[in-house]
Amino acid sequence: MKRRSLALAAAACAAFISSAGAARDLTIVSWGGAYQDAQRQVYFQPFTQATGIRIVEDTWDGGIGVLRTRAQAGNQTWDLVQVESEELLLGCDEGLFEKIDWARIGGREHYIPQAVHECGVGAILYNVVLAWDRNRLPATPTWADFFDVQRIPGKRGLRRGVKLTLEIALLADGVPRDQVYATLRTEAGVERAFRKLDTIKPHIVWWQAGAQPPQMLGAGEVVMTTAYNGRITNANRAEGRNFGIQWRDSLFTIDSWVIMKGSPNCDAAYRFLDFVKDPRRQASLLPLIPYGGTARGANEGLPPDLLAVSPSNPENLNVSLMIDDAFWMDHLDRLSQRFNAWLAR
Amino acid sequence: MRARARLGAALLLAPLVLFVAVAFVAPITTMLWRGVSDTEVPRAFPRTLAALAAWDGRTLPGDDAFAALAEDLIAARAAGTLNAAAGRLNSDTPGLRTVVFATARRLARGVEGPAREAILAADPAWGEIETWGAFRRAGSTPTDTHLLAALDLRRTADGTITEVGEEQRLFRTVALRTVWIGLLVTVLCLVLGYPLAAALVFAPPRLVGLLLFAVLLPFWTSLIVRTAAWMVLLAREGIINQGFVALGVVVEPVQMLFTRTAVLIAMVHILLPFMVLPLYAVMRQIPRAQLRAAASLGAGPLAQVARVWLPQTLPGVGAGALMVFIQAIGFYVTPALIGGGADQMLPYFIGFYATQTVNWGLAAALSLLLLAGTLLILALFGRFLGLTQIRAA
Repeated sequence: MKRRSLALAAAACAAFISSAGAARDLTIVSWGGAYQDAQRQVYFQPFTQATGIRIVEDTWDGGIGVLRTRAQAGNQTWDLVQVESEELLLGCDEGLFEKIDWARIGGREHYIPQAVHECGVGAILYNVVLAWDRNRLPATPTWADFFDVQRIPGKRGLRRGVKLTLEIALLADGVPRDQVYATLRTEAGVERAFRKLDTIKPHIVWWQAGAQPPQMLGAGEVVMTTAYNGRITNANRAEGRNFGIQWRDSLFTIDSWVIMKGSPNCDAAYRFLDFVKDPRRQASLLPLIPYGGTARGANEGLPPDLLAVSPSNPENLNVSLMIDDAFWMDHLDRLSQRFNAWLAR
Repeated sequence: MRARARLGAALLLAPLVLFVAVAFVAPITTMLWRGVSDTEVPRAFPRTLAALAAWDGRTLPGDDAFAALAEDLIAARAAGTLNAAAGRLNSDTPGLRTVVFATARRLARGVEGPAREAILAADPAWGEIETWGAFRRAGSTPTDTHLLAALDLRRTADGTITEVGEEQRLFRTVALRTVWIGLLVTVLCLVLGYPLAAALVFAPPRLVGLLLFAVLLPFWTSLIVRTAAWMVLLAREGIINQGFVALGVVVEPVQMLFTRTAVLIAMVHILLPFMVLPLYAVMRQIPRAQLRAAASLGAGPLAQVARVWLPQTLPGVGAGALMVFIQAIGFYVTPALIGGGADQMLPYFIGFYATQTVNWGLAAALSLLLLAGTLLILALFGRFLGLTQIRAA
């Protein structure tokens, strides 16, 4: 019986039949905190006002295991979930999500190409950037400067982990953005990245939590560091810091909306996705929280101060590199081991 | 009568025994069992493993193995057991996850002709012997795969044990470092703690309470709080550096945080009470009259200490050293927060593999290594000093 009603729901979703008969409200799951507060203000409440469709909110901390359990439970209680790119790839492989019908939400061309996936619609774009304190270092450093302790002495902050560390080493060594992952797929490329890291090893301070980099910059513990762009902009806005962001050769990723397989509110989910695709609406998230919109034109007409901090501003986006999660899913185990061994020497 | 009393005593103990079994023995055994078992791949690939049972590991397996693999891939994909198995295979050979999923997807669309050609066409990785070796390494319980990995070793497809590549070797260095840091902390605690305990014993009675309170105060503070306090103190613009610069000891602030020295300072601070208390307990029991007797027999101050005092404090030294050392080699938070990359000990890597790469087999094998090391130390201690000594302390 349960199985049949599931099949019906799936069919209903595909056949554009109204979901008026759905038993429960549209359940949307996001990351909570200040981010979800901003989403509520910009997306959730206006959506309910405009359509009369009520939204139930939930939060989660990520992890493919949670999604697997929910998919196996049969009775799907989540409809729309915001996932990270790795969960998007894994869950899509494993058939946990509905395939996106792009025709219902403006077509693929409505979005920037990186936001389009078989199973997910890009929700926000954010970066790992090179950040520094302008009050202590007036110049605008690059990754090459990051690895040049002669020119700019002082400690450097990097996240403890192999992911992104190798990419940054290659970028600093002059590998063009579009060649980074091709290079890392070769043994010689990995070797090259580790040799580059060798040159600044004693000068690296390893951070672990996203809150650390702005704090280390503020305390003068490091002269430059990698950081999440949102943390840096927030420190500038809330604490009056004067931190700089280098967008050139920064690394970005995208969080996506997915519709859980077997969701009985599939139609309402599409209406929500259709509602949030509006570039103007996406742009209004930026003053609240500095994550970039994924619709084309989401940055048009923005004032310069917002353009400067928007990851999807074409000027910033076109000089950034998208993190290749497929590469990391294959190579994280082995390269982590090698990174840990390198770190231990 | 006596039997009933014994039964009553056993019943009184039952809740404790049950608690220890449920909260201690069962979870630890389950976790350690993972270090010698491999369940993901056998669950998803039973036919393939059966077909590989007689394989020599030197040439590609026969058509029956390919046919079995095709069946298993399609069945596991449908049953949802593929992801766990693919993850396990990928931690053995990078890229296998993608290979397994892509091949399963391709086969699920229908196999025409012999399985061997279809599989090799789906991905050339199936033409490599070590791809099949990964199945064999991950395919049995009990297995030594994780334990070997924890010692920087692995088996090739034909079963010979070899060292992993030099750039992958890690755990032997880390194990040695763990023991070394543990020893350093123990010696430092002894050097600082011994005079302190003696001072406690000889202090005037009204001071003893105050001194004991000072020793116990850090004992009552959370470990994380104490570690965080050291982060504040040792930071580049922290109190210690500011003091040094103000006093003119140094011109530029010194890098103290994220160094081995910082780790040692914080660990000694945290573990010092575990050295002082057993020492104090033992020293308090030594009759002062013995020292006076020694003096009356002509022993100078040095001889009194060396021949009367010191030998009687040895059980306390042993007990304190054992407690400090065993706790030190299990330290996780403190090195993780204030140590650098080369200051991490075994527990950090256990945590890393359990939570970051979700390789529970390796995490469990490393735990086994740590537990075995601890038991070895205990056994050595018991052999040379006698465990009864600790009980006395």
